[in-house]
Amino acid sequence: MAPILEINELRKSYGALDAVAGISLAVRPGECFGLLGPNGAGKTTTIRMLYGFTPRDSGSLKLFGLDIDSHLREIKARIGICQQEDSLDPDLSLRENLVGFARYFSIPRRDAEQRAEELLEFFALENRATDNVRILSGGLKRRLMLARALINGPELVILDEPTTGLDPQSRQLLWDKLAALKKQGLSILLTTHYMEEAERLCDRLVIVDHGKVLIEGVPRELIRREIGRDVLEIADPDPQIRAFLQQQNLPFEDLDKRLLVYLDNGDELFLKLTRDVRAEGCTLRPASLEDLFLKLTGRELRE
Amino acid sequence: MNWPMPSRFSRRTLRVWQRNFDVYRLNWKISFIPPLLEPVFYILAFGVGLAVMVGDFEVQGRTLGYTSFIAPALVAVAVMYNAFFETTYNSFVRMYYQKTFDALLATPLNLEEIILGELLWAATKGLIATLLMGLMLSLFGLFSYPGALLLPLLAVLGGLFFAALGMICTALVPTIEMFNLPIFLGITPMFLFSGTFFPLQNLPGWAQVVAQFLPLTHLVALVRGCALELWTPALWGSLLYLAVATLILVPLAIALMVRRIIN
Ligand SMILES: Nc1ncnc2c1ncn2[C@@H]1O[C@H](COP(=O)(O)OP(=O)(O)OP(=O)(O)O)[C@@H](O)[C@H]1O
Ligand SMILES: [Mg+2]
Repeated sequence: MAPILEINELRKSYGALDAVAGISLAVRPGECFGLLGPNGAGKTTTIRMLYGFTPRDSGSLKLFGLDIDSHLREIKARIGICQQEDSLDPDLSLRENLVGFARYFSIPRRDAEQRAEELLEFFALENRATDNVRILSGGLKRRLMLARALINGPELVILDEPTTGLDPQSRQLLWDKLAALKKQGLSILLTTHYMEEAERLCDRLVIVDHGKVLIEGVPRELIRREIGRDVLEIADPDPQIRAFLQQQNLPFEDLDKRLLVYLDNGDELFLKLTRDVRAEGCTLRPASLEDLFLKLTGRELRE
Repeated sequence: MNWPMPSRFSRRTLRVWQRNFDVYRLNWKISFIPPLLEPVFYILAFGVGLAVMVGDFEVQGRTLGYTSFIAPALVAVAVMYNAFFETTYNSFVRMYYQKTFDALLATPLNLEEIILGELLWAATKGLIATLLMGLMLSLFGLFSYPGALLLPLLAVLGGLFFAALGMICTALVPTIEMFNLPIFLGITPMFLFSGTFFPLQNLPGWAQVVAQFLPLTHLVALVRGCALELWTPALWGSLLYLAVATLILVPLAIALMVRRIIN
C-alpha cells in the first residue's frame, strides 16, 4: 500500500545547528508510527515542516501521495495536529474551542456541534463542556488538544507528545482511545518520551538523534535484535561480581553504580549469579525499548 | 521578505475575524462602556471646564465652540487607539502566549489570511468605537448630518491603517514590553499634536510641516471635515494620504509578520 506520509531526506538548519539532518521515513495507512528521540533531536521541527509552519531547507514531503508544496491546503484539511505546546483558546469554553476550530475547516455548524459533543464524550470531557479553558488542569488541556485535532475527521493525526504531563489514569485513557481510533483506520504519527507508550502503541518506529534516524523497525523486533531478550541489572557491583561476569565472558554495560548485562536467555546465568556470588541488588527483567533507546542515544543529558 | 500574493487569500480570512469577534462578544457589555462613557467625560472636562477659558473660535468662516472642535478628534483618536492596541498587545498575546496562530496554521488557513483577519478585526474595533462614540456625540448635538454618516467609512480606512502600523510593530518587537517605545514616541505625540485639541495653525511653522506627515493629522482632518460638514479641497489630500499609506502598510505588515513567524 502506498504510504500516507512520505518524508524524504528532510533537512532544516538553524544557523550552524542541523536540527533535522536528512530524515527519511514513511507511514503506512492505518498504522501508528513512532518518532522517538531525546530532547532536541528534531522531532518537533520535523512535525512543524509537515504542516508548513517551518519551511524546510531541502528534501521532499508527501502526504496522501500529494506534494506538500502544491497541495498544502488540501493536505491540512485531511490531517489533525496536536502540537507539543497547548494552543487552546483560553477565553472560550471547551465546547466553543471545538466548534470554533471546526469553522476553519468549513464544517457546517450543525455537524461541528455534533462532532464536538462526540469528541467531548470520547475524551470524557462532557462534564466540563461549558467551563473556561483557562481554568483547566494541564491534563484536561492535553485531552482537549487531542479532541481538537480530531474535529475535522482526519485520516492522519500527528501527535507531538500527547501524553506529556498526564497522570497515569489519563494516560491509560488516552492509550485506549488511540488504540480505538487506530482500529477505526486512523493513521497516527506519534512522538513521545514514554517508551512504554511507544512499545504499546506503535506498529513501527524510528529513533532519531541530532536530526538523523538511528534505527527503524518494529519495536519488539528491534529490541530482540539489538538488545536481546533479557536484561540483568546489578546494583552496587563489587569486584567479585565484575570478575564473575568477565569470567563468563559476557559483555556488560558499566554505569559505575550499576551494571547492565544484555542476554538472550538470562535464566541460567541469573540463577548461578544469585546462588554463587550475590543475590541482593540483582534483577532479571525483559529487555525493553528504554534499553534500546539508551543504548542508541547514550546516557548523557541533552541541552 | 516576500510581498503577499493575492492568490494566498481566500474567504477563510473572515473565520479569523469571526474568532476574535466571538471572544469580543463574550465581554461586549464591558467593551461597550469605554466608548460610550469616554466622550461624556471629555465633554464634561473640556466642554464645561475648559471651553469657557478658550471661548469660541472661527474655522473656515464658521464659529465653533471648543467642544464641537474636539468632538470629532475624539473619534479619530479612538480609531487609532482601538486599532493600534488590538494589533500590538492583543495580537502579540495571541501570537506569542496563546499560540493561536500556531493552532490556526494547522488548519487550511495560511499565515497571510490569519494576519489579514487580525487587521480586519482591529479595524472593526475602531468601527465599533466610532459608532458608539458617534451616537453619544450626536446625542449632544455635536455632529452635523448627513456629513457624519461618512464616519464609519473613515473609521474602517483609519482603522486598517493603524492596525497595519501596530502589526508592523508586533512583527519587529522582541518582547511585549517594547511596545512602550512606539507608543511613547509615536502614538502619544500624535494624540497631542495632530490638530486634535488645538488647530495646527497655532503651532510654529516647522511643526506644522512635521504635523502634515502624521497620519492622525489626516484622519482628524477627515473626521472633523465630515462630522462638522466643513468641506475643503484639502480633505482630498488627506484621503489620498491615508488610502495610499494603507495600501502600502497592509501588505507590508503581512509580509513582516510572515517573516517573523515562519523561520
Ligand atoms: N526556531 C528555532 N530557532 C533556533 N533553533 C531552534 C528553533 N526551533 C528548534 N530549534 C533547535 O532545533 C533543535 C531541535 O528542536 P526540536 O524542537 O525539533 O526538538 P525535539 O526533538 O522536539 O525536542 P523535545 O523532545 O525537547 O521536544 C533544538 O536544538 C532546538 O533548540
Ligand atoms: Mg519537541
